[in-house]
Amino acid sequence: MTTPLRKKILHVHRQAPHGSSSAQEALDMLLISAAFEQELSVLFIDDGVYQLLSEQDPQCFGRKNFSKTFRALEHYDVHRLYVEDYSLHTRGLGVADLLLPVTCLSSADCAALMQQHDMLLNF
Amino acid sequence: MTVKFVLLVTAAPYSQQACESAWQFAHALLTAGHHLQQVFFYQDGVLAGNRLITPPQDEPNVPARWASLAQQYQLDLVICTAAAQRRGLLDDALAGKAGISGALLAQGFRIAGLGQFVEAYTQADRCLVFRA
Repeated sequence: MTTPLRKKILHVHRQAPHGSSSAQEALDMLLISAAFEQELSVLFIDDGVYQLLSEQDPQCFGRKNFSKTFRALEHYDVHRLYVEDYSLHTRGLGVADLLLPVTCLSSADCAALMQQHDMLLNF
Repeated sequence: MTVKFVLLVTAAPYSQQACESAWQFAHALLTAGHHLQQVFFYQDGVLAGNRLITPPQDEPNVPARWASLAQQYQLDLVICTAAAQRRGLLDDALAGKAGISGALLAQGFRIAGLGQFVEAYTQADRCLVFRA
């Protein structure tokens, strides 16, 4: 098998921010991979869509507002950001509520997206 | 054909099954003759490297099982430094730097940055995530 030094990785973010550390630590890993110039896409699904909500204020309950760090993705050339349509709309959200431009995908398209990558990192 | 694996463990031992599943998978792939590039412990997974874990006699000792497998197959068991510091799992160097006595890192593990995981997975054929 060939082992290229650049992997095509899909980060799948499934959990809401702040209630657990999952979102922040997933983002830290995403940024490191980006710094190592990996080919990255990110899919926000289920409660993961909440990670991209603009105007978060978690400091009032003792958590760090790391959401602005998502903007660093742009500097690392990570532009392929996807949100599952169903997850967004069943939570009463739309792309206008989000702090970054994203592409909305159907569930079937999410599955197809996963097939297109070498590695899936689920958080 | 030998497959090169990297495993990512993000769940705490005992509290979740994932860490044990990762061990079982690691053992199976090694017994089958494949290569395990690295096991990277992240998020709550870092607790697998806690040397103070003392389960009842009839329950498995997770750090010891990993250490034993690591010794047998010369495995690289890496605990993420950022995740470890947040959870109070320090080695001698980190404890010294923080001016705290009492390093917690179990034998067979080393603490290093996220970059180590990236370097490992770029060399591997497959990466599996064991999570809660």
